[in-house]
Amino acid sequence: MQEPYLLTAHELQAKIGKDEISPSKILESLFKRIGDLDKRIKAFVRLNEECILKIPENKKGKLYGIPVLVKDNICVKDEETTCGSKILKGFKPPYDATVIKRLKDEGAIPIGKANMDEFAFGSSCETSCYGPTKNPWDLERIPGGSSGGSAAAIASDETILALGSDTGGSIRQPASLCGVVGLKPTYGRVSRYGLIAFASSLDQIGPITKDVQDAALMMNTIAGYDEMDSTSVDIAVPDYTRSLTKDIKGLRIGVPKEYFIEGIDKEVESSVKKAVFLLKDLGATIVEISLPHTQYAVSTYYIVAPAEASSNLARFDGVQYGFRFENASDLIDMYIKTRSKGFGNEAKRRILLGTYCLSTGYYDAYYLKAQKVRTKIKEDFDNAFKNCDCIITPTSPTAAFKIGEKMDDPLSMYLSDIFTISANLAGIPAISIPCGFTKGNLPIGLQILAKPFDEETLFRAAYTFEQSTGFHRENPKL
Amino acid sequence: MVSYIKISLSAGRQGVTRVGIDKKIVKSVAFLSRIELDEKELEIYSRQLASIVSYINKLKEIDTKTVPPTSHPMAALKNVFRKDILKKSLELDDVLKNAPSKEGDSFKVPQIIECK
Repeated sequence: MQEPYLLTAHELQAKIGKDEISPSKILESLFKRIGDLDKRIKAFVRLNEECILKIPENKKGKLYGIPVLVKDNICVKDEETTCGSKILKGFKPPYDATVIKRLKDEGAIPIGKANMDEFAFGSSCETSCYGPTKNPWDLERIPGGSSGGSAAAIASDETILALGSDTGGSIRQPASLCGVVGLKPTYGRVSRYGLIAFASSLDQIGPITKDVQDAALMMNTIAGYDEMDSTSVDIAVPDYTRSLTKDIKGLRIGVPKEYFIEGIDKEVESSVKKAVFLLKDLGATIVEISLPHTQYAVSTYYIVAPAEASSNLARFDGVQYGFRFENASDLIDMYIKTRSKGFGNEAKRRILLGTYCLSTGYYDAYYLKAQKVRTKIKEDFDNAFKNCDCIITPTSPTAAFKIGEKMDDPLSMYLSDIFTISANLAGIPAISIPCGFTKGNLPIGLQILAKPFDEETLFRAAYTFEQSTGFHRENPKL
Repeated sequence: MVSYIKISLSAGRQGVTRVGIDKKIVKSVAFLSRIELDEKELEIYSRQLASIVSYINKLKEIDTKTVPPTSHPMAALKNVFRKDILKKSLELDDVLKNAPSKEGDSFKVPQIIECK
């Protein structure tokens, strides 16, 4: 029999249903895999081996017995949750995030916490206080970020399902660089309760999986209104697996002319263009569209996101949880010393940038200006969707870069988010799926974007492409 | 507070001296953020933030006089109210168990008011 760790959630579900495998056998197989590999990959910051002693009894659950790796910024009751930061060392949440509660209610098993850039600030997983995660396709390269641990663990078959969070591409970019599937749902589709906030108007939790069907299965469980998150939206959740039809006849796919720009890697460009031709062959209509404010997206994002982050991170002051600097001379000194020693370099950089953009004399020039340009970027999508049902772009302008390559140049790191951040600014859903490999055998990702609350079109297009190509079945040699 | 200084786009990505965010501003922003920087850090952050700020100044190219700001992607979502019903919240002991220091039902912090 094939090793259980190699299987997808839907394949395991079928086997569990026929009593061919038990949840504890799946966990044993995974633990062995993790033991063999994770010293090299470092996708996990904590493995909860005790979960094998608490297999859920609810055999009717939609995800009964399926292991899930959780990004370290999502609260799991009584399990250390640190956002990859020293300042939250030792924090054990007294409650489950809504997504965790829903997964547990359906019989899924959280197996541990995944590495991430500190507070999700980064595109490479290098800013984590635990050190970088490695890309399973080339251990000298970054897995992408910030959900790098979740994506690397899926790519190396160290987990069956994973949760990530996406503020500017943090699910899609690592999924792309690791050759797996990652979905950022519409803002408001999935509850953010229990997600430690980075930028509250941009953050969304979503699935990182081995294939499109698993992402749909996971969305069936985690999506939906939650009274604990007043920005979650009360719209009925469809059965997303019904969108897995392998039929895109008549689908109008927009290709934005602004996305094939100077600086995009030639191999990435040609893979994505090949994907567009294939979708056309499969029956879609290709429409050239324009998103004229694309060139302003990175600037807008790097004002809005750090501004919100600097405000959200004010709560880390050594009073309620995590690290505290001892022997401070007074309260203010305790705040200052705690934050200066607790936060890493990138977190400090974003807090400083955000505070600057919000401070007197700069607020109108930066924060308010960025909110206005955000309106223009959102209008670009509203206009584009008058002529198409979904939009296709590369997920990332390049394949995975080398560890350390961009650490001294934050701006060049920020520019690697150029294709993903607009979806967060506009609040629309977007998925990244594998669409090829470079000559050096590094995965390339294709991004599909759709109208708000139209994840079904994403699933339909993504599933059709995936089933017609099979890139998702390639595995790294480990 | 430091006054606004015009930022030269031509300073470009490597711009250090002529852009609008300098060491003095970074120092004041760091204090507002309750973060302490040593001389070397101040040097590095000033240089990096200057280069980022000179890049984000690109937004000045767009005329936004008549454009309303978007603070939130769900335009339809206005104030959200819940029914005023008492509900059980988290147990105090559970909430306090993560505190670096506590006393009774409270978080404990260094002395705020001087007593002589």
